Amino acid sequence: MASDIAFRVNGIERRIAIEESVPLIHVLRNELDLKATRFGCGEEQCGACMVLLDGQPAYACTLIVGEAAGRSIETAEVLADGAHPLRAAFLEEQAGQCGYCLSGILLSAKALLDRTASPTRAEIIAALEPHLCRCGAQGRMVRAVERAAASLRNEVAA
Amino acid sequence: MIPNALPQSLVDNPRIDQWISFPSGGRVALRTGKVELGQGLLTALLQIAADELDVAAARILLTSGDTEAAPNEGYTAGSRSVELSGGAIRLVCAEVRALMLEAAAERLGCPARALSVSDGAILRDGVESGLDYWTLAEAVNLARTASGTAPAKPAAALRVVGTDVPRRDLPDKLGGAPFIQDISFPGMLHARVLHRPRKGAHIAHLDEAGALRAGHGSVSLVRSGDLVAVVGEREWQVDAACKRLRERTQWEGGVTINAADGEATSLLSRPLAPARVIHQGQAGDAPATSRIEATYSKPYIAHGSIAPSCALARFEDGRLTIWTHSQGVFLLRGAVARALKLPAEAVHVIHHQGAGCYGHNGADDAAFDAAFVAMARPGQTVRVLWTREDELGVAPFGAAMQVKVSADLDDDGRPLAWTQEIWSPTHAARPGINGAVNLLGAQEMEDPPQDPPPIDLNEAAGGGATRNGFSLYDFPQTMVHHFVADNPIRTSSMRGLGAFANVFAIESFMDELAEAAGADPVAYRLSLMNDRRARAVIETAAQMSGWGAATPDGVARGFAFSRYKNFAAYLAAVVELKVDEDVRVSRVWCAVDAGRVINPDGARNQIEGGAIQATSWALKEQVRFADGQVVSNRWETYPILRFSEVPEIETRLLGTPEDPPLGIGEVSQGPVGAAIGNAVASALGVRLRHLPLTRERIMAALLEA
Repeated sequence: MASDIAFRVNGIERRIAIEESVPLIHVLRNELDLKATRFGCGEEQCGACMVLLDGQPAYACTLIVGEAAGRSIETAEVLADGAHPLRAAFLEEQAGQCGYCLSGILLSAKALLDRTASPTRAEIIAALEPHLCRCGAQGRMVRAVERAAASLRNEVAA
Repeated sequence: MIPNALPQSLVDNPRIDQWISFPSGGRVALRTGKVELGQGLLTALLQIAADELDVAAARILLTSGDTEAAPNEGYTAGSRSVELSGGAIRLVCAEVRALMLEAAAERLGCPARALSVSDGAILRDGVESGLDYWTLAEAVNLARTASGTAPAKPAAALRVVGTDVPRRDLPDKLGGAPFIQDISFPGMLHARVLHRPRKGAHIAHLDEAGALRAGHGSVSLVRSGDLVAVVGEREWQVDAACKRLRERTQWEGGVTINAADGEATSLLSRPLAPARVIHQGQAGDAPATSRIEATYSKPYIAHGSIAPSCALARFEDGRLTIWTHSQGVFLLRGAVARALKLPAEAVHVIHHQGAGCYGHNGADDAAFDAAFVAMARPGQTVRVLWTREDELGVAPFGAAMQVKVSADLDDDGRPLAWTQEIWSPTHAARPGINGAVNLLGAQEMEDPPQDPPPIDLNEAAGGGATRNGFSLYDFPQTMVHHFVADNPIRTSSMRGLGAFANVFAIESFMDELAEAAGADPVAYRLSLMNDRRARAVIETAAQMSGWGAATPDGVARGFAFSRYKNFAAYLAAVVELKVDEDVRVSRVWCAVDAGRVINPDGARNQIEGGAIQATSWALKEQVRFADGQVVSNRWETYPILRFSEVPEIETRLLGTPEDPPLGIGEVSQGPVGAAIGNAVASALGVRLRHLPLTRERIMAALLEA
């Protein structure tokens, strides 16, 4: 049975008639055409599908859309323009190879930076630990998050 | 007539207009048969073209991997794309520039030497002449065979090559939709495909009604023999239906696979082709005073791309169009056409980037799956997405290998003769190889194509199991290759092919010989190496890491060297690690000579990524089997290296721009894996010769010691 489900995605109110049990990732990608949320494993093992649910990392592959009702979701599309220092930092460090894992990693990094202005390297690694990168660009990604954190601190100071 | 010294890609695609044209709007349309696999190749090719043409890279539009719009360059594999496609583009662009200048000289009535090019504009004595590539394009006929004789720029004149041009594909990967998984068409159908758990298995019971129910009555099945697809308009319904099928389908028959089949030792009892014996160097007359031997192995390993394979296909008006992340669109076209009994001209295959590709993974199979469903739904675009279980369970694996090394030694413990005996199934079962279709779905259909028995790559092609079976060291060597001709486990090309196991065996054994001779591992290697460039990387890696200095308690180091394929890049590695309950690699130093490096940051990214992947292979990875199927088909059962386990890596590039570029895509796997083995042996005082170096293996080795 389809239900009428309302939630915010990247700051925009969305309303959709769909079964509550549908995994959020299908709703984002196919109903809302937000393709930056990537499917990787479907069982919370790789982090490719990570989104932010009320600011906290959540796996869109297992989160059912019914549980998103009334809540606020951020997807990697929020980092698709030039505004966020994470984007500039990942480009500056050339932090990626194939890039398929980047959407989820950017969002876990954003959640970390949203709550911690000066994360230690260990905190960054802990925040990214749920994510798999098969190409081996992890070192660059950690450096990119450090760079973004420094840049955010400078913005605040300025 | 094009001489053989030209890059093979240009020999195969000799017409200039196969590679380049000058559409209006000040654009350069460049075409390559090689494809982006996440390795940054397309950015490197743009750099080469920008330099030879004297145009801004931003003007260049690049088409890659399209059977109707790009040259046929075979597979994007073997770390040869910069050498082959880059080599062809370099010569073609140099020739185009020369032709343009010749035409401009004629029109301006001046000698060509008075002319130069600045971002596509022709300058006469440094001043704008009013002519540019686009005004000249009509007068210069590019529908001609490349002579390959126009001089490319000398190293000193290169401005873009050798610089860290940012990856062109990266911005869109930050929040965009650049992947094949992201393509959609109006009215597109979604599909999932059920694949058999082992070769030769047949469906005993298919719960069709249950699947349709799970798909909310909105999906349908397409079936031929043991190949079954679920199709529907909504992906979540298709997904749910396929899950149900997967859970409920009963399989019977097929090959026998048990846990022991996951071990490399199982290869010894398989049907073997007659042994091939190959020699390098001539054994001398000096008598040996001792002989030692040791046996090493690596298991089957999985590609483990972060995205499940994906493809789209549409069959319309007798023509089949396929979008794929395959490494070889032309070979795939031929294989799909044969399997579906279509003329090859009726099949158009277009490459679109997928997630990281490290060899022959599920990409080609998924392309066939999409084509199979599309044939049953004419006029509609069908998108097939594999599952994680497919990707880790039914895609081809990197072959397990067993390697026995023996050496006859002189009084000083130096090898007088070295024998490398290799057991391995194929590393080369790609579609089109040896005339085989080699597509999983095709083999499961009713009336499947009859594929010839598998072969392996020969040494002229860099070797499969024999890749890096010889080393660059100065002693006579013999290779004995036992090809496992019939194997129940599906294997094919994975990053480095046989090089990973061979270099692991060679470089482990070199350390064992050094130890027996009472010599330092680096000094021992240098005493047996005359190759100037090899010596340079060995010495540099040692110096970078402070080799020989005391390390803190519990910290051990290991060294290894190889030249990939003995004709690509040179790399020496030092790793530093600790063994507590598990092995933790903390640092890696790499010294590399890859000749002229097109994009140093891109090269570092590849080398370091390869080092991290090799660390994962060496410490963690092994495909496991039980009861007739793969049981390591989830990340939980096939763990790979995580963020907290990744070492810090320092890389130094030693090559000079005067030397031709040497492939780096697979250069770090072998030496880094071997250096880890050597460091673990140093830490434990016991040598582990069988990968992966897991906690269980370490405990067992310590108990035995």
